[in-house]
Amino acid sequence: MGLKQSKQISKEALVKKVMAATQTGLPICDHPYQVIAEQVDTTEDELLDIMQDMTSQGLIRRIGLVPNHYALGYRFNLMTVWDVDDSEILRLGTQVGQLSFVSHCYQRPRKAPDWNFNLFAMVHGRSEDEVNRQVETIHQLLGSACGEMAQLNSVKILKKTGLRIRKD
Amino acid sequence: MCNHQGTQQRKNLQQQEVELTEFEKQLINGYQGDFPLTAEPFQTIADALNTTSEKVQKTISDLLDKGVLTRFGPLYNIEKIDGAFSLCALKVPAQRFDEVTELVNSYVEVAHNYQRDHEWNMWFVLAAESEQALETLFNDITKITGCPGLNLPKQTEFFVGLKFEA
Repeated sequence: MGLKQSKQISKEALVKKVMAATQTGLPICDHPYQVIAEQVDTTEDELLDIMQDMTSQGLIRRIGLVPNHYALGYRFNLMTVWDVDDSEILRLGTQVGQLSFVSHCYQRPRKAPDWNFNLFAMVHGRSEDEVNRQVETIHQLLGSACGEMAQLNSVKILKKTGLRIRKD
Repeated sequence: MCNHQGTQQRKNLQQQEVELTEFEKQLINGYQGDFPLTAEPFQTIADALNTTSEKVQKTISDLLDKGVLTRFGPLYNIEKIDGAFSLCALKVPAQRFDEVTELVNSYVEVAHNYQRDHEWNMWFVLAAESEQALETLFNDITKITGCPGLNLPKQTEFFVGLKFEA
């Protein structure tokens, strides 16, 4: 029992080390996982196992190529925000999140009087027409449960790094 | 040979559409998730696409250099481990925009930061060790910039994760 527990604790520590070692990505070489394994003092096999576990647990959302959507021609990236009845937000938010062109969909707090929107949906398209149709689709889906909305076009990327937590 | 890691961020501000070869499209469309967890993942991909591991590696490396990819590797749902995160906005006077951008970007806790065409014209994600640290950080940023701010931590996540087609 005691042994098992100490192994679990060390596994948690290993997970954190793996996250730190891959924060900026995987190296590009024949054995990338071997390189990471050496950095976190484990074996390639154990690293592959633990990353598989992290994936099943949802800690790793996915492993792969992360495109810059602008470079792929998705020039119209719109943050749409909606004022949805609180009693309907869970049902409708779930439905908006299921639309194929929505990449991120969240409920966030209102900050009256400055900010009355509680539903955020990011939509992406290659033309203005395309995103206009997407916005219209969301509008119709929300129907009368929705008051005002706003569209916030991204004008410029000012910074884009992975999420980091400062460890002093 | 393994020196690409850590230099991946350098050209990620590319905002123009980039012309891609069929092979590049194939890689981008096929491997935004499900990058193999095998000892020789590039070889695994090469076998599937009938090419060589060298070509797969060189292509991915070039796509990072050209800014077509912002990253290559695992994407974490970091909230599952620890930390607090929030989407924040500032209302920045146009004439101070560059100066405030520099101030805000100087925080390592600021991840994505976007200029948007709205009176709340600067939107960024903050990451901190705890809710309290995040609140302190947010207050610090509004104070140091002198701009009104919104701190909008998510209450419900409905969906994350579109894949883009090249």
